[in-house]
Amino acid sequence: MSLMHYLVLSGILFTIGAVTVLVRRNAILAFMGVELMLNSCNLALVAFSRVHGTLTGQVMAFYVMVVAAAEVVVGLAIIVSIYRARRTVSVDEPSLLRN
Amino acid sequence: MTTFQPPVIDWAALTPVLVIVGAGVLGVLVAAFAPAARRRSIQVVVALLAPLAALGAVAWRWSEVVGGGESTFVAGQLAEDGFGLAAQMILLVIALVGFAVLASRLPGGEDAFTPQGASAPGSAYEEAARKAGLEQTEVYPLALFSLAGMLVFTMANDLLVLFVALEVLSLPLYVLTALARRRRVLSQEAALKYFLLGAFSSAIFLFGVALLFGYSASLTYADIGTAATASVGMDGMAVVGLLMVLTGLLFKVGAVPFHAWVPDVYQGAPTPVTGFMAAATKTAAFAAIARLLYVAAPGFAWDVEPALWVVAIASMLVGTVLAIVQTDIKRTLAYSSVAHAGFALVAIVSLPEGGPDALLFYLLAYSFATVGAFAVVTLVRERDDAGNVTGEATHLSQWAGLGRRSPVLAAAMALFLLSFAGIPLTAGFLGKFTAFVAAADGGAWPLVAVAVLASIAAAFFYVRVIVLMFFTRPEESDEPQRQRAQAVAPGALTRVALVVCAAGTLVLGVWPTPVLDLLAQAARFVV
Repeated sequence: MSLMHYLVLSGILFTIGAVTVLVRRNAILAFMGVELMLNSCNLALVAFSRVHGTLTGQVMAFYVMVVAAAEVVVGLAIIVSIYRARRTVSVDEPSLLRN
Repeated sequence: MTTFQPPVIDWAALTPVLVIVGAGVLGVLVAAFAPAARRRSIQVVVALLAPLAALGAVAWRWSEVVGGGESTFVAGQLAEDGFGLAAQMILLVIALVGFAVLASRLPGGEDAFTPQGASAPGSAYEEAARKAGLEQTEVYPLALFSLAGMLVFTMANDLLVLFVALEVLSLPLYVLTALARRRRVLSQEAALKYFLLGAFSSAIFLFGVALLFGYSASLTYADIGTAATASVGMDGMAVVGLLMVLTGLLFKVGAVPFHAWVPDVYQGAPTPVTGFMAAATKTAAFAAIARLLYVAAPGFAWDVEPALWVVAIASMLVGTVLAIVQTDIKRTLAYSSVAHAGFALVAIVSLPEGGPDALLFYLLAYSFATVGAFAVVTLVRERDDAGNVTGEATHLSQWAGLGRRSPVLAAAMALFLLSFAGIPLTAGFLGKFTAFVAAADGGAWPLVAVAVLASIAAAFFYVRVIVLMFFTRPEESDEPQRQRAQAVAPGALTRVALVVCAAGTLVLGVWPTPVLDLLAQAARFVV
């Protein structure tokens, strides 16, 4: 398993996540796509860290996990409050913001 | 495995950030433990004193640092230099006026925020919370935490710090966006949109960080800059990484093509939050972009410059054209802020010598006008049949004849709009002038030509609003009487904020030399 394998896997995961965000209309699924993108970044960071023989990338991955957790808290709070107002979390519903 | 070397932390250099974070923590404790009756007044005092104290700390660091005391610390992850301190000073000034608008209330006693963020819009719970006179005082610590992230953003000399600061400044803003008192569903939708697109852009940012780390085996700017000149191969990966990091930052300033969130979020967020966010986020993100470009990326200037040209030109043109066709004052100002992101970018695209100080002056001028203009928007209200003040009158036709009914307020708005347009004797003119001169010095002539043309076109819609306010008779519009805008009397805090913004806009326009000299001697980066 060379560095390239990890990078290609990370790129594939990143793309799947990005496509999920752009295509899926359910806010929760879009949000899961973002999480997938963040984790693909973690994979790339750890792989590079191993190749370069420094711990920096692995430390960064820990920070990313913490930040992702904080993001989940804020994101789900917003999504839940929208669900209670509109009984749906689709980002495609007729929106007040589209003129 | 080498032995662990503890990094040297220069606590003195962190004082401004520590003051703001400390005030934020204090605010959380106040929200939890202070009696409900006094909670709000304590929060407001904390939120206004903290930026003042931090401003004092920045002034102290300035006297210690500028002219030879610049340094990096925490293993090169943070930089303390004239540029960072100047940007922090601008941010704290914005925070002072922005928080004053945030804290002010209408004559009836209602503030800009929902009484209970957890309640569903239109529910009995919300109505009960409103009747009980609850107030969501958590907005003040949230704003302070966001400000702390912005202050770190200007010092970040390392991609890890930059990422954490990016999230610290963004997450509170997502929550603040959702807390409008009126049109709550609109506000929550804006928050969702801001959050999803913001998280998406941070993920792109992060992948760029991973690629840059793979390229240079380090996260600090200095090492990336060194690796770029040492030509270690894999340049393609580094350029892609750098562009992805820049994407995340350009999203925060709302430059085209990363501007999709700007109009919706600016419209949906509580107007005082919009004013603070529009000015402060843009300043912080531009400071981070400038440091990244000047310290880490000079080796890639040839590869990155074309992309930045495209972004700058697209922002100026798209922002200007779409601002002209808007009918809502908040959306108009939002698109104008997209155009201003393009103008500010012009100053640093070709990495000219005078770019950083021109950029900071531009941002200062833009910030005064932005906070002021949105403060005016908070005061222009609709009335219901009983004559009670209701929501903000944001439709442009409602502003017709405002100058006859509230001449002072309309004059202040006209001043801010003229500053946006870049009319001489206002700060905006000198901001544009210095930015374009810096860009021309750097050889970006075609860009300057486009920028000048775009600012001429942009003047059209600012003047249109002024004409609407002063020279259109209200009778000419078909709106029923009650829907027309009535300005309410500003509270003491808004009054002070408006006076400061107007004075800043005028003074910087008429007598800018001290500020320009200060920035010119300070705005250098430590490597």
